[in-house]
Amino acid sequence: MATHKSVETKYLEERRELFHGMRNLDRRSFLKVSAAALGATAGLAAPHSFTPVSVAQDAEDSDANPAFRFAYISDSHLYEKDVNDRFVRGLLRAVDDVNNLDPQPDFVFYGGDLAQLGQVKELELGSEILKNVKAPLRIMVGEHDWYLDMGRKWQDLFGEPTYSFDHKGVHFVVLNSVVEKDFWTDRGLTPMQRMKTVAGLDNGLQSPFTVGEPQRKWLEEDLAKVPDDGRVIVFSHSPLYKLYKQWNFWTDDAEEVQAILRRFKQVVVIHGHTHQLLTNRIGNIHFHGLLSTAWPWPYAPEGMPELTIEMSRPDPFNANDGCGDGEVQVHPDGLVDKVYNLWNRNPITVSKTYMVSMGKQDVPPKPNRPSY
Amino acid sequence: MYQSLMPYHGNRALLGALCLLLGALLVGCGQETGSRETAAGGSGQDANRPSKPATGDAQPQTSPTAGPAETVSTEKKVELGSCDGENTVTVAEDLTGQPLAHALMDQWKRDHPDRDWVAEEKQAHAFNPPADNSDLLQGDQGKGHAYGNYTERDILTWTREAEKFVAEGSRIFHSADELGSTAGVSCDMCHPHAANTHPETYPKFQTQLGRVVLLRDMIDWCVENPVRGAHMDPDGPKMRALEAYIMAQRKGVEMDYGKH
Repeated sequence: MATHKSVETKYLEERRELFHGMRNLDRRSFLKVSAAALGATAGLAAPHSFTPVSVAQDAEDSDANPAFRFAYISDSHLYEKDVNDRFVRGLLRAVDDVNNLDPQPDFVFYGGDLAQLGQVKELELGSEILKNVKAPLRIMVGEHDWYLDMGRKWQDLFGEPTYSFDHKGVHFVVLNSVVEKDFWTDRGLTPMQRMKTVAGLDNGLQSPFTVGEPQRKWLEEDLAKVPDDGRVIVFSHSPLYKLYKQWNFWTDDAEEVQAILRRFKQVVVIHGHTHQLLTNRIGNIHFHGLLSTAWPWPYAPEGMPELTIEMSRPDPFNANDGCGDGEVQVHPDGLVDKVYNLWNRNPITVSKTYMVSMGKQDVPPKPNRPSY
Repeated sequence: MYQSLMPYHGNRALLGALCLLLGALLVGCGQETGSRETAAGGSGQDANRPSKPATGDAQPQTSPTAGPAETVSTEKKVELGSCDGENTVTVAEDLTGQPLAHALMDQWKRDHPDRDWVAEEKQAHAFNPPADNSDLLQGDQGKGHAYGNYTERDILTWTREAEKFVAEGSRIFHSADELGSTAGVSCDMCHPHAANTHPETYPKFQTQLGRVVLLRDMIDWCVENPVRGAHMDPDGPKMRALEAYIMAQRKGVEMDYGKH
């Protein structure tokens, strides 16, 4: 279990951060800081109203490469409302969370698996709920969205699954990393049988995920205009490395994709699918997982990356434990602080410092109850 | 209740196969119990069939009773009722011996698409195999003792039956319908390959329930809560099968009751 800090401890920590933040202020954030400070000292505001001011106080911050922040929601696995309201409430809560961020994030990224079985009504329900997100929404496809109609409905709603965009000097790439080789035709599976096979994490009849040759070619061309020291953040639903094949915590052509990213000074890859705190670094590539709003997965029984500090075992008696959403603070150098906003625990930040120091500095809290 | 579920697939499969083989034998002897001829032909002449080669019989080019809509069928067909009382098989009248047995078996396979369900379950969800007991067959086994004279057949039976039990558990574990979920939730959605079920830690004091529980209590809790199904009979076939699968998946892990 996470150790919950006392109100006093939180207050003191936040005050310390506030004073730290005041060392480097523009006028706008100053107003916020001062208002928060006034509220806190007068006992008018909750201590957590401090937190927003720690955003964007980067020493090397500049107009050309400003620091910024985006939020994320992922893996909601929606059934229709009348089948499973718990998953629906999970997504609603996450939308509330990101809408209540102050200041608002530059955009909200959705990490895939919006639907559980790729059905029209599931995807439409998800789309309806996500329309309430105040900040601009960027979305990625997951295997649960895809394998009923091979992405037709999802693309109707959200467009191309593979695309890129630039934001404040960072080049963002969104991939469809859940491309599976045809395992269904020979077996004579119906679309729903195919969907349910892919939906089973431990179902060995399916093929491993890939990015695939056409997308790799597209990626190379898309990145051609970015210089080696450019800032690149890649989104993929599955981790773009090989962790545990039996659960498709895996991308079969990961090495080929990594090779394309190798020339950059540093790259951040952010992935869904694993529903847990997951951290890895392979050379210049920093990998971060996303939390699910529906349920947490157990950790893979073997092959865990050294940098991952596992979240402690979720409490089955609390449907929200181990679930959540979060934020990503992008630094001027393109590296990120990854915030896991766990709904039933203190938030955990896996910082750029932790990644750069290969786990020596700024170590996130370690759990006392590892998963089995 | 237990008997109605677990050995059901396997025994029915075996029974069906035996039925059809027996049927083939009977047909071979010219006693087509329960069969109905669809083409004209004296049934009195069937007694000679076994001695005739399969192609040696007179084969009329047109069937006298065949309507104009019927295509290509140039052979006399007979429809055999299989001894399950449900299915029928249509074969060429002069088919005998092994080809007839094959035809009947093929039809039975078509009628039972889930006949390989254990193998399929194993392939889909890769559960652990039971212990290998083949060492019991080595050496001067069982000499002078009441027990221990095992044969390969014994070993095969143990393995197959244990595996079938576990396969049944895996099938239920991975099926929201089998679990009776009203929320589309199955066990594997939080516990792929039964991960994080830690059966070796029971019995233990379950803090959230305020009492000592067994694995089955936690299974029942999960079925009633996240799965939103009905209370599961602790001695019922589904609970037994689920326990079997979950235990099988922790093969080799040290028992450590009370561990949190």
